[in-house]
Amino acid sequence: MVTNITNLSRSGLYDWMLQRLSAIILAAYTLFIGGYVLMNPGLDFQQWSGLFDQTWVRVFTLLAILSIAAHSWVGMWTIATDYLNARAFGERSVLIRFPFQLICFVAVFSYIVWGIQILWGN
Amino acid sequence: MLVSVYRYNPETDSKPYMQDIEVEIPEGKDLMVLDVLNLIKEKDETLVYRRSCREGVCGSDGMSINGVNGLACVTSLSEAMGSKKKLVIRPLPGLPVIRDLIVDMSLFYKQYEKIKPFLINDEPEPAIERLQSPEDREKLDGLYECILCACCSTACPSFWWNPDKFVGPSGLLQAYRFLADSRDTATEARLADLDDPFSVFRCRGIMNCVSVCPKGLNPTKAIGHIKQMLFDSAT
Repeated sequence: MVTNITNLSRSGLYDWMLQRLSAIILAAYTLFIGGYVLMNPGLDFQQWSGLFDQTWVRVFTLLAILSIAAHSWVGMWTIATDYLNARAFGERSVLIRFPFQLICFVAVFSYIVWGIQILWGN
Repeated sequence: MLVSVYRYNPETDSKPYMQDIEVEIPEGKDLMVLDVLNLIKEKDETLVYRRSCREGVCGSDGMSINGVNGLACVTSLSEAMGSKKKLVIRPLPGLPVIRDLIVDMSLFYKQYEKIKPFLINDEPEPAIERLQSPEDREKLDGLYECILCACCSTACPSFWWNPDKFVGPSGLLQAYRFLADSRDTATEARLADLDDPFSVFRCRGIMNCVSVCPKGLNPTKAIGHIKQMLFDSAT
């Protein structure tokens, strides 16, 4: 078994399942928001904030944000370990890979917090 | 016919180069690529490549033929050339070159070794042999025929990037061959060894392995079965 500590769950199976589940949630959310915009031509701010006043829309949106976070973390981690590894950058590739993963983590974490702030802030 | 061959002798060359060689092809015959290499070797014996059975059974002469991995002995010129004018022969991609068309297969074999390619059974041995029903035996069709030529694994980008961590299509086909064997009792331990994010899950299903396999096998399907088994055992 190959060990690692920087992927999402330490289990390939769990990461794999999470990526597929989050893809389904994201597809559903895209259909929902896309459909709403298409069905409401001339959408104004009042209507838009009315939509997001409903708790279930906020929960669904938060779920979509968390899905993006998990999905992109698995994806970016895969990219980092495919292209920023010893084969591409030699023995000290971790000095490139780890900062890259750190930047991805800070970005993903910030988006989650920012998203919650938008949804439930004033 | 013009043949372009990858040449590299670490003792004399500072770096690899492509050598253009004009080869006279006997008329009225559809030679195999290996025959063309043999014709070249008659004139220039410094060219080296692996070959043995010359009939697609031993898996020695896997190489990149006009950009597609295949066995030189069972790839005919007409099949390899299509509408192209020049035959380009390179070693299998992604593995270190030892000399000319010979690559170092250590990493490939290491991955094969990792999946424990032998029957594990902790039950007492029967008097004669472990029996298997024809139905259970049928499950191994399309799996046991692999000749370890490495055409599939060296056509796989995931194996190029992580040949030390990703088992690769060939090894995973073999892994499933033992997971699917009704006489093997180590299924759980085998699955536990494959659950990390690299060994199986680096497969992104691009199916290069399927399109190059000289034996017409389907490693992607076997990998799908392994993922299904992992999923079933964990949910």
